[in-house]
Amino acid sequence: MELCDLTLHEIKDLFVKKEVLPSMVLASVVRRIREVEESLGAYLALDLEAAFAAAQAADGRIKEGKALGVLDGIPVAIKDNLCQAGKETTCASRILQGFVPPYTATAVQKLLDQGALILGRTNMDEFAMGSSTENSAVKPTRNPWDPRWVPGGSSGGSAVAVAAGEAIAALGSDTGGSIRQPAAFCGVTGLKPTYGLVSRYGLVAFASSFDQIGPITKDAEDCALLLSAIAGFDPLDSTSVQGEAVDYTKDLERELTGRTLGLPREYFGEGLDDEVRRIIMAAVAQLEELGARIVELSLKLTEYALPVYYLISSAEASSNLARYDGIRYGRAVAGREDLATYYTRTRSEGFGPEVKRRIMLGTYALSAGYYEAYYQKAQQVRTLICREFEEAFRAVDAIVTPTSPTLPFRAGERLTDPLAMYLSDVCTVPVNIAGLPALSVPCGFAQGAPVGMQIIGRPFAEAAILQIAHQYQKVTAFHRARPYGAGRGGQDGL
Amino acid sequence: MDFEAVIGLEVHAELATTAKIFCGCSTKYGAGPNTQTCPVCLGLPGTLPVLNEKVVEYCIRAGLALNCRIAGYSKLDRKNYFYPDLPKAYQISQYDLPLCRDGFLPLASGKTIRITRIHIEEDAGKLIHSAEEERYSLVDYNRTGVPLIEIVTAPDLATPEEAVEFLEKLRRILMYLGISDCKMEEGSLRCDANISLKPAGTPQLGTKTELKNINSFKALGRALAYEIERQSELLMEGKAVKQETRKWEEAKQRTLPLRSKEETQDYRYFPDPDLVPIELDPAYVAEIAASLPELPEAKKRRLIEEYHLPEYDADLITGSKHLADFFEAVLKHYFSPKAASNWIMGELLRLMGEAGLTPEDLTVNPAHLGDLLRRIDQGEISVSQGKNVFERVFRTGASPEEIIEAEGIRQISDEAWLRTVVAQVLKDNPQSVGDYLGGKTKAAQFLTGQVMRVTKGQANPQVIKVLLAQELAKVRKKTEETAGLARENKDL
Ligand SMILES: [Zn+2]
Repeated sequence: MELCDLTLHEIKDLFVKKEVLPSMVLASVVRRIREVEESLGAYLALDLEAAFAAAQAADGRIKEGKALGVLDGIPVAIKDNLCQAGKETTCASRILQGFVPPYTATAVQKLLDQGALILGRTNMDEFAMGSSTENSAVKPTRNPWDPRWVPGGSSGGSAVAVAAGEAIAALGSDTGGSIRQPAAFCGVTGLKPTYGLVSRYGLVAFASSFDQIGPITKDAEDCALLLSAIAGFDPLDSTSVQGEAVDYTKDLERELTGRTLGLPREYFGEGLDDEVRRIIMAAVAQLEELGARIVELSLKLTEYALPVYYLISSAEASSNLARYDGIRYGRAVAGREDLATYYTRTRSEGFGPEVKRRIMLGTYALSAGYYEAYYQKAQQVRTLICREFEEAFRAVDAIVTPTSPTLPFRAGERLTDPLAMYLSDVCTVPVNIAGLPALSVPCGFAQGAPVGMQIIGRPFAEAAILQIAHQYQKVTAFHRARPYGAGRGGQDGL
Repeated sequence: MDFEAVIGLEVHAELATTAKIFCGCSTKYGAGPNTQTCPVCLGLPGTLPVLNEKVVEYCIRAGLALNCRIAGYSKLDRKNYFYPDLPKAYQISQYDLPLCRDGFLPLASGKTIRITRIHIEEDAGKLIHSAEEERYSLVDYNRTGVPLIEIVTAPDLATPEEAVEFLEKLRRILMYLGISDCKMEEGSLRCDANISLKPAGTPQLGTKTELKNINSFKALGRALAYEIERQSELLMEGKAVKQETRKWEEAKQRTLPLRSKEETQDYRYFPDPDLVPIELDPAYVAEIAASLPELPEAKKRRLIEEYHLPEYDADLITGSKHLADFFEAVLKHYFSPKAASNWIMGELLRLMGEAGLTPEDLTVNPAHLGDLLRRIDQGEISVSQGKNVFERVFRTGASPEEIIEAEGIRQISDEAWLRTVVAQVLKDNPQSVGDYLGGKTKAAQFLTGQVMRVTKGQANPQVIKVLLAQELAKVRKKTEETAGLARENKDL
């Protein structure tokens, strides 16, 4: 196996033993990038010179046994909606072309402080709106398991980079499933933290009350390591939560005996692909074997989750994206005319169709005469959905569902049908509505495509869902399958 | 037909916090364009607002001083609209749950003006437009994110005079609270007015107009008076008043339509998801209440009762907290309230007026004025000498003692010497003495002036007055004796 196909914790162990140095890992990752990037398109921008310079410094520290932290010398990719000082940040949108922030997102700064090597910026659906990374204004990203499939989205670039060995780990953002769904489609592990656990400072906002930054990694242990690095209170984000720093790896080895897992009926009904169902149920059986008690439960409000999500997130987006007017930064249209024309042209040319659709939807939902019926009603239902989860968590420790109701779909297949695209998020959006933590772990393959299982936890119970995922991964090998290198086609042997 | 005006005010006051409302940038007025900005107040992508707690505290101070209820739970909302001076394309304000509501402020007449609400919000930047033909505008974002409170009254004001009085009272209170410098000319106090007319004595309300661009107290009174006349003319002619926003044109002293009701924007208010609700502990509010300073009305009453100042004096002196503080500080050094009040209202305000200073700029050491008053009372220097000394104190900051010493100023009360001076003056001015004796009492003033000239103004005027009277009486007597002697001789 190539170094680039190893997990973060495996590489960290090699560093400790001084068998491998950061620049060797980086070289392996860069070799893989050269091999596959052209066909996958995971990155919007690579920053290899900076990564090599950082690797050299890390080499010295590793040799002296003075690593800055577990991330020291680890090549990491970041999604293009995370600001990094001096690096163009575009959210894969034309309208932000040329925007170079003078500040760094708190989560990215934490990676830098611990010595991580930032490889570059990954592709995404424009402003994180989409479920296939096809809404990127720059290029689509392909699924490394089969380039005819989409990688999921919106953090498709980050998920592909990790799955293909183009990065050891990555940061994504998740507003309605944008970490978990691409993680599922690409066969990697992705976690959306509890709202408020990771600072949003420097994350270009899509829908402020849903957005969270989270890790995309090769397994749950890596997820725990990366989450420990980026979580924590930030005075720059009023919605970030005060609290002690947590080591999310410390509960990983605890057994599942005594844990109760709930299967919500509504997530296993109509619309769920039969093969996905079969694979998830097999995984659930595996969890039961590990000592977990499985119970069925009902989340009756699930059917309202999609409309609630699309109303509120679009409303917030319509306001968050109003600042892109071409006057202070980003792409400016040529010509001087009156202000309204200038705004209109800048925004008409700068935004893609999906972004425009959401701005229109959100503006409508907030308009006088419609506010009560749409935005306000959606907020009321949001409260009810939160309560329903609260209620459910009185009886169970975690909730297990499919991450996506279907296998990765074909590129282009849902582009002309926004509603079909929105349905990709049906299992993931309720989690964002309620601000809960959830992760997706690889749990099987169907027709050669990875399938992901979603584990949802109580607020701030990241340690618990990571423990479940890790215990599961200890007895399964789906997360070890790799689309390239020695692991290629690895799923056949499972 | 007689009409009554129904007036309500919306007052914006910039808060005097050192930092902006959602970032750490300075709020100082007058810095170079865009030098007081950061990624947060420029609304750059990915940045987030963090509420400055001082802003909440200042708004609560205003609310308590204006007898409002302070909300235990309030929130911040986004007011969405596109404009180049608004970098996020929304203003963070408070919509349906303001920090303070249901207050009031009494006028001098005893009439109470209800205050509907007070909320916090951020200011926008400033546009500087080029000449018409150049067709560009520049934006200065220094003001973006400067904290404001908006104070909204009920339509309880009935005349332009009441509106001006209300605004003056409000300004006085905000300045006493130390939460705003309330400079209308710098835009740190801004006032919009809603006005409609209704037939006298009826409850039904007319169509209102909103007046903007009112830049002074005078402008408020004039704009309202203009609008009352304009609206009543329309109504008398049987025409309807259009509901619209009008702009006060200072140069032409008139209001002009700015936009009609149909053009009113839909601001699509919704709770700002980047900020958490403001939940207040009653103990915190009580703490602020306990720390409120004495307010203008209470201070005025106290000055009247404690120092027996006339109402006129007390009102003028409490017009500014600085002035009132200065007054009381002078009394600490020398207790002579009426004299202190006279000197402040007379000399001090005159000198400040000439120098174009406001009470906030006052740098005179109150101990110096106290010292001066004591010296005058003790006869060490005369009142007119005192005025000269005070002018120097005002301009140089030196103490009266230093000035008196340096200039050799003293009041001569030595009777024996002064008597010789007076006698000499009378001798040198027989014409004036004659005039005086002939009944032209005004001549005494000339003679006093001559004595002053000889003594370089240092003679004690009280002593001069007495001596002059005595010496003139002697001359009279002498003249009469001479005349009597002549008569006697004739008789002989
Ligand atoms: Zn700032």
